[in-house]
Amino acid sequence: MPEEGRQTRTIAIGTLARVEGEGALRVTVKDGEVRDVELRIFEPPRYFEAFLVGRHFTEVPDIVARICGICPVAYQMSAVHALEQAFNMQVVGPLRDLRRLLYCAEWIESHALHVYLLHAPDFLGYQSGIEMAKDHRDTIARGLRLKKAGNRLLALLGGRSVHPVSVRVGGFSRVPTRAELDGLTDELLWARDAALETVRWVAGFEKPEFRQDYTFAALAPEDEYPFNEGPIASSHGLHVDARNFEQHFTERQVPYSTALHSTLNGGSYLAGPAARLHLNATRLSPLAKHAWDETRVGLPILNPFNAIVARSVEILFALEEALRLIKGYEPPRESSVPVTPRAGVGMACTEAPRGMLYHRYAVDERGAIREAKIIPPTSQNQRRIEDDLRAYVPQVLNLSTKDAALACERLIRCYDPCISCATHFLRLEVCEATA
Amino acid sequence: MTERAGTATIRVIGVGNASQGDDAVGLLAARRLRDRLGSSVEVIEANGDGLALLDLMEGVDYVILIDAVKGGGLPGTAVRLDLSTENRWAAAVPCSTHAMGIAEAVDLARVLGRLPKRVVLYGIELESVESGASLSRAVQDGLAVGMEQVCREVERARCTKCI
Repeated sequence: MPEEGRQTRTIAIGTLARVEGEGALRVTVKDGEVRDVELRIFEPPRYFEAFLVGRHFTEVPDIVARICGICPVAYQMSAVHALEQAFNMQVVGPLRDLRRLLYCAEWIESHALHVYLLHAPDFLGYQSGIEMAKDHRDTIARGLRLKKAGNRLLALLGGRSVHPVSVRVGGFSRVPTRAELDGLTDELLWARDAALETVRWVAGFEKPEFRQDYTFAALAPEDEYPFNEGPIASSHGLHVDARNFEQHFTERQVPYSTALHSTLNGGSYLAGPAARLHLNATRLSPLAKHAWDETRVGLPILNPFNAIVARSVEILFALEEALRLIKGYEPPRESSVPVTPRAGVGMACTEAPRGMLYHRYAVDERGAIREAKIIPPTSQNQRRIEDDLRAYVPQVLNLSTKDAALACERLIRCYDPCISCATHFLRLEVCEATA
Repeated sequence: MTERAGTATIRVIGVGNASQGDDAVGLLAARRLRDRLGSSVEVIEANGDGLALLDLMEGVDYVILIDAVKGGGLPGTAVRLDLSTENRWAAAVPCSTHAMGIAEAVDLARVLGRLPKRVVLYGIELESVESGASLSRAVQDGLAVGMEQVCREVERARCTKCI
């Protein structure tokens, strides 16, 4: 409970709007100083890690796809890569390309939803995407069509547009024909142009003045913008194999949230589009690179409100990458490679739209899961969001409590948090007080 | 499951989550109505994602939505709301944990000028949305009543060509 007294002020947001899942915020200020910032995630624990135990590895992609309706591909990709690592196999060639293409679809879909309907209203002074659509009908229609282009690609590769069903360890249950992919090209070309417009549009938004010194963390492969693999790098010199994630990133429980907090060397870090761009700007596709340079936002992105620009640049990248992959696509002879399970442990990290998503599985010799660990991007960003708020609140204290709360909510939305994903198994510990 | 198909003039969309107790009622209604109405009316099951619903409402004149609602009435009560004319209704539909739900989909379609000529919501007042639970007794009864009403609505729409 906040301390009582005339000098104590509490900024509370009962339920965060325009984010996935249920969360709340409580900030306590005493004598002009921020005492407590608690980003509360009260979505119930999901127990996914627990109920993966005992399941056969072939069931894992379909189970983890159910963790999130917005980023199921990320869950499937981290799972299949981790399991393939446990089985000492690697998927290469056209099947690897198709996985990247599937990831493109998810980024387009997820980023377009966030940029247009969830985040843009904050910059243009609307309470919701619906309110904004009354004045900006064509713009919202453009965003919806852009999202739909991602949906269509996802439905083609994944079998359906929500919780795709085609992903399996070793490849896919079905791969698309050339003609099927060619059928999407015209729409993706339109979407690429719309994405370029999107970058220019959001770069022109007026952003609140605010700067933070971030530690950015993301996958940073040598020769491509990251989706499925690559070492984990940070802006502070970290460069490690994704298998060593848990040696560097630590999770801890906080009493007010069902999501665990992640830290890197004891401090917060930022995952997601701004971090990916920071560590991979040179690996952007040509038009995305040009559009990013044109915005003149520059690196590092120290103002979190510019995340919308990075996110939009990634939509453009995903469309260029999708068109490139489709152009060079030669259907593989088999839709997947044979899998021989063996006892072992596999870990993998892939880039969900919101940032790194880490999975670890221990598997027995028959391919049954003995242990599962999942660290989603929103729980990695949770500590960073709180640090941002701690620094941001003093500059909005002159506002009414309601407006200050709104300002905080806008800052939280820069991270596109997916609260349903972040909720975690809550370990119950019974502490007995001594007399 | 949430893909658009065909260009039927009337489309029935059952909305819900199959594994969340009474929230499954819209999906169950859709399945039973499909058996009962045959191929004469397009019946779709949807998961409640607002933007998918926006697409699902496209291309037809008459949409009938069926969903579990929480409006303070007795569990199992079936309510009918004409969303083409009524826009102060969002409170009747339970909050979605998704960024956009059914209420937002209808409002957004209206703002974008994409709302079908007539959109009617049949809401079944829910009792419990416990994970993994089956339909409560009250909602099972409400489902039977709601189905009769939807069938009559479909018949009326066909006969009177009121669309």
